This record gives sequence, structure tokens and C-alpha cells, in this order.
Amino acid sequence: MNPLSRRKLLFTGTAAVAGAAGLAAAARIAESYGLIPPDHGGLYGAGATLTYACQRVLTLHRPLREFPRNMISKSPFANPVIFNVPDAFKRSRAANFSDWRLTVDGLVDHPLSLSVPDLRALATRSQITEVACEEGWSYIAEWIGTPLSAVLREAGLKPEARFLAYFSIQPDWWDSVDLAEALHPGTLITWGMNDGDLPVGFGGPLRLRAPRQLGYKSVKFINHITVTDSMKHFGKGLGSAAPEGGYAWYAGI
Amino acid sequence: MSPLARTVFECRRSVTSYRELPLPWVLPCYSPRVPTATEVRSTTHVRHSLLVRVTHWLTFLAFIALLVTGVEILISHPRFYWGEVGNVNTQPLFTFHIPSSRDTVPTGYGYVLPDQNGWSRYLHFEAAWILVLTGLVYLAYLIFTGHLRRNLIPTREQRSFRAYTGRASDYLRRARSGVELHTYNVLQRSTYLVVIFILFPLIIWTGLAMSPAVTSAFPATSSLLGGRQSARTIHLFVTILLVLFLIVHIVMVAISGFRVRMRAMITGKATLSTEFTSKELR
Repeated sequence: MNPLSRRKLLFTGTAAVAGAAGLAAAARIAESYGLIPPDHGGLYGAGATLTYACQRVLTLHRPLREFPRNMISKSPFANPVIFNVPDAFKRSRAANFSDWRLTVDGLVDHPLSLSVPDLRALATRSQITEVACEEGWSYIAEWIGTPLSAVLREAGLKPEARFLAYFSIQPDWWDSVDLAEALHPGTLITWGMNDGDLPVGFGGPLRLRAPRQLGYKSVKFINHITVTDSMKHFGKGLGSAAPEGGYAWYAGI
Repeated sequence: MSPLARTVFECRRSVTSYRELPLPWVLPCYSPRVPTATEVRSTTHVRHSLLVRVTHWLTFLAFIALLVTGVEILISHPRFYWGEVGNVNTQPLFTFHIPSSRDTVPTGYGYVLPDQNGWSRYLHFEAAWILVLTGLVYLAYLIFTGHLRRNLIPTREQRSFRAYTGRASDYLRRARSGVELHTYNVLQRSTYLVVIFILFPLIIWTGLAMSPAVTSAFPATSSLLGGRQSARTIHLFVTILLVLFLIVHIVMVAISGFRVRMRAMITGKATLSTEFTSKELR
């Protein structure tokens, strides 16, 4: 027997135990700081968690990347709305969206039901940011809307709030962000684009814009927001419709 | 000093005399000390350390995963642009004339490929983490063990234009060079340095320059490269260079003795006699 093998065995064993203990401790700490994404399970969970945790820590208090007005794209592109548009949307569109409501409920002190003019009156922010699609294409536009943080301030967040789920009028089309993203000044409930109303093709009357994540997090036609402490009871518990279709919940990359 | 040790000693001293030496006595010429006669008699030696072997294969697996998933992601928009923005309404820099997995891309083909982006993106970033973490371990090893200085930075004798042209013409004439079984020549060293210190950092940087969260927090990651779409295009070019490296690397391994080289990179062991008598070695 090689005299070195016992030492090697001891060393490897100790390293393995220390590694496993370290990982378990790291997972505990990460969980308590909100660094574990809802889709952390499965084959790709480790990569998704590392990306989310690192980017959350690195970008938490950083400002938004905004562009000069002359960089606004002359011909922005939007994916056509290929999913079934419900009759409710068609009726509301015929009424020029005057009856459109955004309801805010869940872990809030004052549940809200806001019309587009209500939102406009609440607070306004305009920003020139890039929409980057996971496919690879992108465009820059001016987005005008009400900061989500202003809406949440109006509603009053309960202390146990962790996530914010938002729903489109399109069935099965919903997503969520963590509180850090929801409260970031760049995250808007958008109702205007390039000095006009937000066109239906780009998500009008209301689109949630999360410019620090890929385009698919910016859900079109939103009419409902729920504040929650856990995403476990929404859909399959993976955080949004995206992971159910195979896409990552966190789309900062 | 015994005649044997003297031979080995001279081998280390004089580069030009390598080829005149009787082959079995040619030992690793980068050895930091003069081998003794007993070591010379022993023919099995460690060619690659455990750390180099593990990081080599982890990098290989991660690279293949990144390549396959990267191609899948590319197929969803096989158009490339320069600058910050680009989409089907803008003029591309160039286009791959292949079918796409999205019907919004005008490809000229009458069909759309199945969408593979979901798992491809998950795996792409997971493999990227494996590559980056493995790379950091390897980098620390390179620097702290002296592997970098001994085996990758060209030796004093190799730092000349003639060394490059000389070795290149040796390759073209298919000249055998037994001494290189145990270290790297100037072309290998330079190539590895470019891959480790230029191509891999560049592919990581251009990848991060496409992340909306990273570019939002640190705009320079993207703007220094000319914008998000420029970063995507450079990401593709660097991928092509890395694939070229992989192809040449495998061809060179095949030419110089596939089984011997594979055994050395898997078990770590290389036997002098087998290396020199191997039928694959021509």
C-alpha cells in the first residue's frame, strides 16, 4: 500500500466534508438574504442561483443605465402578440382603455384599484432604456410611466413582503420580481413611449418595465399585481410562467 | 558527475544539441534540477498534474456545453449587428443564411426550427460558471506553482522571431522533435498564452456585456466594446477562434500520438519508452 494514500484519503475526506458543510452554510445564508431564486431546483438550479445571487449583490444599489435621446431607435421592434387576446382586452381597447384597472393586493396595507389616469396622477418618470430580448436583438426607447415603488408606497408593503407577482390580461402570462427589483427606481408601470401613449404592440395600455432584466420580464397588458412572501403557491412554484416554459426566472443575464 | 548525469545536464544547457542526443536520455528539459541516474532509469513520470488534468476536462466539458447551447441561442436570431442596438428592422452587419427558431426573423426558409433557448440559456450560464470557476483555480495554479513561468511563458532562447519561424518551418516539414514530449515549444506556449489570457477573458467579458443587469450597473462593460450588439458580434468571433484552437489542438494531439497523449491527460502518466516507440508517434 502506498504510504501516501491514507494521508490523501484523510485529506480528501476532510475536504469533502468541509466543502459540503460550507455549501450548506452558504445556502442558509443566501436564503436568509434573499439570494435564492424560486427556480433553484433541478439540473440548472446551481447556475441560476449563482447568477442571481452574484448579480443581486453586485447590482443592488446601482443606478439604471440610460441613453441619450439621440440613441432612441427609429424603428423599434416588438414581438407580435401571438397568444389569444381575450375578449375583455378587445372590449377595453374599443373603449380606449378607459375601463382598464390595475389591481394591487396581497401583503399590502391598502389594496388598490388604479386606472391609467390614477397612475399618471400618482407619479411620473421617464427614462431612455434598452429592451434586450433573450434572442439577441434590442432597441432603445423612451419609456414613461409610474415607478412601481410609488405604487407600492401608496399601497403600503407589509414587512413580510418578498416578491411581487404581476399578471397580464392574457391568460397564463405572468411573472414576478423580488422586492429589490420592484423597488428599484428603474422599474416602471409604463403607460407612455417616445412622447406618446404606449402602443398596444409594445404592451399598452400598461406594461411592467424591468429594464435591468431581459425583455420577457417586461410583461405586456398587466392588470393585476400581488405582493407575496413566497412564490411557492403561484403556478408550479417556480416564480413565473417563464420557468414553466423552460426559461430562467431571473433574467438579469 | 557521472557521464549520464553530464549528458542530461548538457541537455538542459544547450538547446541546439537536443537532437544529437541519444533519445532515451532526453528528460524534461524544464526540470528545475539535474536528474540523478536513478531517475533517468525510471521511465514512467507524471506528465500532467492532477489539477491540470481535472481543470482540463472540466474546461472541455463546459466549453462543449457552451458551444452547443450557444449555437442554439444563435439560431433564434442569426443576424449580427454593430453598435448598441439591432433588430430585424435595422441593417445587420452580416447574417447567417440558416433557418431560425423564431418566425419573426426573415430567413427565406419556409419553416421555423423548434425553440431550444430555454434549457440552452440555463445550461449556457451554468457551464459558464463551471468554466469561470475552473479557470480561476487553474489561474491560481499557473501563477503560484510556477507552471506559468516554467512551461507557458517562452523561454529566453525562444524569445525571438527566428524561434517562431524556425518552429513553424519544422511543423511544415513535419520534423520530429523528441524533446518536446516533455515541454512546449514556442508556438504552443504562445498559443496557450493567447487562449488563456486573451480569448477566455474576452469571451467572458463580451458575455457579461450582454447582461442587462451587469451593463445597467456597470455601463462600461458594454460601451467599451462599442455597445451591446458589438459585444454579441465579438462574442461570436472569439467563439470561432476558440473552436479553431480546439480543432488544431485535437489535430496536433492526434498527429503526435493520440493514445499516449490521452493517457497522459487522463491518468497523468507518460512512459518514456512508450512515447518513443509508439507506432502512433511519427
